[in-house]
This record gives sequence, C-alpha cells and structure tokens, in this order.
Amino acid sequence: MAATPTRPDALIHARGLTKRFGNLLAVDAVDFDVDRGEAFGFLGPNGAGKTSTMRMIGCVSSPSGGVLRVLGMDPVRDGPRIRARLGVVPQSDTLDTELHVDENLFTYARYFGLSRDTARRRADQLLDFVQLKDRARDNVEFLSGGMKRRLTIARALVNEPELLLLDEPTTGLDPQARHLVWDRLYRLKQQGVTIVLTTHYMDEAEQLCDRLVVMDKAKIVAFGSPRSLIDQYSSREVLELRFPIDSTPALDGLDGLAERIEALPDRVLLYTSDGEAAAAAVHGRGLRPESILVRRSTLEDVFLRLTGRSLIE
Amino acid sequence: MTGALRVLEHHLTVYRRTWKGSLFMSFLSPILFLAAMGLGLGSLISRGPVRTIDGVSYLVFLAPGLLAANAMQAAYVETTYPIMARIQWQRTYEGMLATPIAVLDVLVGEFGWLIFRLALSSCAFFFVMLLFGTVHSPLAVLAIVAAILTGLAFAAPILSWTATRRTDQSFALIGRFLITPLFLLGGVFFPLHQLPQVIQGIAWLTPLAHGVALARSLSLGVLAPSAGIHLAVLLLYAGIGITAARITLQRRLVQ
Repeated sequence: MAATPTRPDALIHARGLTKRFGNLLAVDAVDFDVDRGEAFGFLGPNGAGKTSTMRMIGCVSSPSGGVLRVLGMDPVRDGPRIRARLGVVPQSDTLDTELHVDENLFTYARYFGLSRDTARRRADQLLDFVQLKDRARDNVEFLSGGMKRRLTIARALVNEPELLLLDEPTTGLDPQARHLVWDRLYRLKQQGVTIVLTTHYMDEAEQLCDRLVVMDKAKIVAFGSPRSLIDQYSSREVLELRFPIDSTPALDGLDGLAERIEALPDRVLLYTSDGEAAAAAVHGRGLRPESILVRRSTLEDVFLRLTGRSLIE
Repeated sequence: MTGALRVLEHHLTVYRRTWKGSLFMSFLSPILFLAAMGLGLGSLISRGPVRTIDGVSYLVFLAPGLLAANAMQAAYVETTYPIMARIQWQRTYEGMLATPIAVLDVLVGEFGWLIFRLALSSCAFFFVMLLFGTVHSPLAVLAIVAAILTGLAFAAPILSWTATRRTDQSFALIGRFLITPLFLLGGVFFPLHQLPQVIQGIAWLTPLAHGVALARSLSLGVLAPSAGIHLAVLLLYAGIGITAARITLQRRLVQ
C-alpha cells in the first residue's frame, strides 16, 4: 500500500507497523489511521495478525518496527497514560470468577485510580447499560457466555474511555446475544466513543464498521467502507449453485454466464450484476443444480476474491 | 506505586471471600503439629537417654522450626497454582495490564500480598506457640519476621519459575523433591549436626536451614553473631528471586 501522509490528528496512526515473534512475522508493515468517533474494523481469518495489532495498540506488546501513535502518544513510552484512556475487551474474558459481578466492575474501576464512591456509582450505571443489574450479586461463573461478554464490555467502560478496543467481541455467542452486544456498541458509538474491533464475521463488520481493513497473512490486503469494498471487489449480486454430489459440471460449462466464477468445495458462485438472468441462462444450458440462490454480495465475497479463501475455515 | 496498592487491594477483596477457612487452617495446623510431635513425640524424648535437644525440651526446640517451615510451605502454595491462574488460567494479570497498572506494579503488589499472607499465618502460629508455652523471651516476637523472610526466600524464586511455565506439571515435583525433603531434613525436627556431612552441607545451601536456625535462636532469646549470616542468606535468596521474577514476569506478560 502506498504510504499516505502523516495524520497527526488521527486517534491511532500506524505506518509500516511490524510485529515479529522470533522468525514469525505476525504483522508485516501495515499502514492505517483511525479517526475520532468512527468504528474501525480489522477483518480477517484466524492468524491474520489482527490480535497482534490490537495488542500493540493496547500498549501490551511493543512494535518490532514502524511508527505507532495512539491518542498522539508513543505506546512504548506512554503505555500507562494511554491505557488510562482506553477500554479493552480481550478475545477471551479475563473476569474474576472468584468475585461477584458488581465486585468485578468495582475492583476494575479501582485499577484506574477511581475513588470508591465513583467506582461504585460507575459500576451501578454500567450494570444498567449492559442489562445485568439483577445479576449484580451473582458469582461470575454462573453467568452465560453472552452475559460474561457484556460484563467484560462493561468493565472496559469503567474509565469512560475515548477509545474502545474489542478483539472478536461476539465470537462464540448465539445470535440473540450477538445482537444485544451490537446494539450496545452502536449506542456507544452514538455517544462519541471511537471503536476499533477485530472480527472474522463479515456480517459483524457490515453492521458495525464505518471503515475497515481486510488482513491476510500479516498484511493489509484492502481497506475502505464495507460498501465501497463490495463495489470495488465484487459484483452487485451473487448466484449460488449447489449441484448433486459428484455431478458438479466442468467450470467451462458455465463460461460466459458471469463476470467471475468461483468454485468452492460445496458450491459454485457466479458473480454477476443480475442473478436472476444468470440463473435463467444456467437452465438454458440444460444444467440442473440441486439448489439456486440469488443474493447480494457481502464482505465474505470480497475476502474470497482477495485471498481465494473463506474467512472461517 | 499506587498501582501496586490496587493489585494488593484486588487480592484482599478476593481474600474477603475465603479468609475464614484459611485463617482456621492457619491455627489448626500448628495446633496439630505441636500436639502430636511436640507433646506426643516430645514426651518419649523426655523419658529417653537425652531428655532435651540442645538444652531445651523437644517442644521448645520444635516450635520455631515449624514456624519457619510453615512459612516455606505457605510461600510454595501461594506462588505456584494461584500465580499460574492469574497468568494464564484466569488471566487476571492480562485484565490488570489493560489499565494504567504496569508489570512492576503487579510484582510489587504480589509481594505485598505474600508478606500479608505470611505475616498472618506466622502470627497465628506464634499465637499457638504462646498457648503451648514455648515462648520465653520478648525477642521471640522477631521469630515472626524470620519466618516471613524465610517465606519470601522461597516465594520469590518459585514465582520467577512459575512465570516461565506453560503447564502446572513441575509444581507437584517442586513439592515432592524440594519442599517435602527440606521440611523433613532441613533441621526442623532434629538438629542438623546429626546428619551426614554431605547432607548437612546441602541443607545449609537452602534458605530453610537458615530460616529455622534464625527463628530458633530468636525464640530462645539468643542473638548470636551467626544470625547475621542467616539473615544475609535469606535476603540473598529473596533478592535474587525478585530480580529474576521481574525479568520472567515481564517477558511472560508483555510480548
């Protein structure tokens, strides 16, 4: 990616940011800027370098090379000062299972140096915000996965952070729990909190992110808004064909029916501006797929186009 | 260092949940040991050919040794599984480090907590010693400090080791091949000079023998010049351990 000019006003500013673990290159010279008030996403499969990038932004891992500025400061030198203004939701919950729900928020607020009164008040408000008020005196171990995730998010908010970092906020949650988390994150964004998140769910990225970068094998392979990425890298519609086992026709039988054809193990994707017309043309050639689906392009298609692989493997 | 105080505050908050059981054990264990070994075994010795050990009754000889050994065991228990839990099973430290708290705060807070725990169990032990009438000198109160230092001389090196581990396999081995043999052969139950020269030499290389010797002489109201050597060895182990723990914990938590 071409180097863009320095943006000192950006909340996070990275140029050539690199992270090495021994011989392993986890993050390979990435450039990005995150502006105040936006929701910014890192989309990519497991092992793409998303978490390593997040840990460098969170000042708990020092860059091996390149420039990184967070809130205008240097994460290596000003770690504690930056972290005082960050909220971090790690990939796996780090809640205190030996403490009650409200005690988790209280002790965490104390880490930020809040007075006991403020800590208690903040804990109260946040339990309301994540709808856990009636579980305040419960042990954390009795909470469901979705409730634990909400408590972790509440905990990340005790210091009223300007910047909230979320590493795979909804991985492993059921659809209902996910929507509740998305709703709370959307409200935070409305309140002006800048949100940076990683995900390997394209629907999550589409729901939440104003802008995102697609990462693969330690590099940024594309960036833009979800809509612009789809426009740039995919067609308007996708025709999905599923053929009976062992009777998938040779791809050249579909030649000329779409701008681009992608054969996956279980189905064939035809990228086209008019899915219905393409479906009719398939029938016109005497092909009889078991099922036919016309849908809009998603970020999943963008990722497939860019890397030749699915996001979740 | 307010960060370290927050870490300590966290541990105390958790301890508020469990203090009753843990304090009960802190009293029960010395009562059982002093009754069974001190009084029970001691009555046999008092009727035997030697009658006394180094000039005092077996109970008086045994109690300060057990006080030091008790601190060693508490240090071992506190710096293996619970530290592993905070590093990787519960990831408590990861949560702390996402706030203004730094690795050094975690370490200092952890040692503040260890001193608190060691002080509590050593004071409970000393109280039981008073009940059994084994305390004869005001200087004996300082045996509590000797016990705390003995605990730290084990806690710091073990903590630095724990911070390098990915599994808990080695913890049982430390218990079996270090803590238990020292407990049995470190001069707690009989004077070291009864052992073969080689084993004596090995025992004096470890902190326990020095902790026991220091606690014992203080509890008898004797402040011999050798106390300085014992003190120096304990401080050396604690100091090296803390320095090592600073490196291993930093490496483990901030990659």
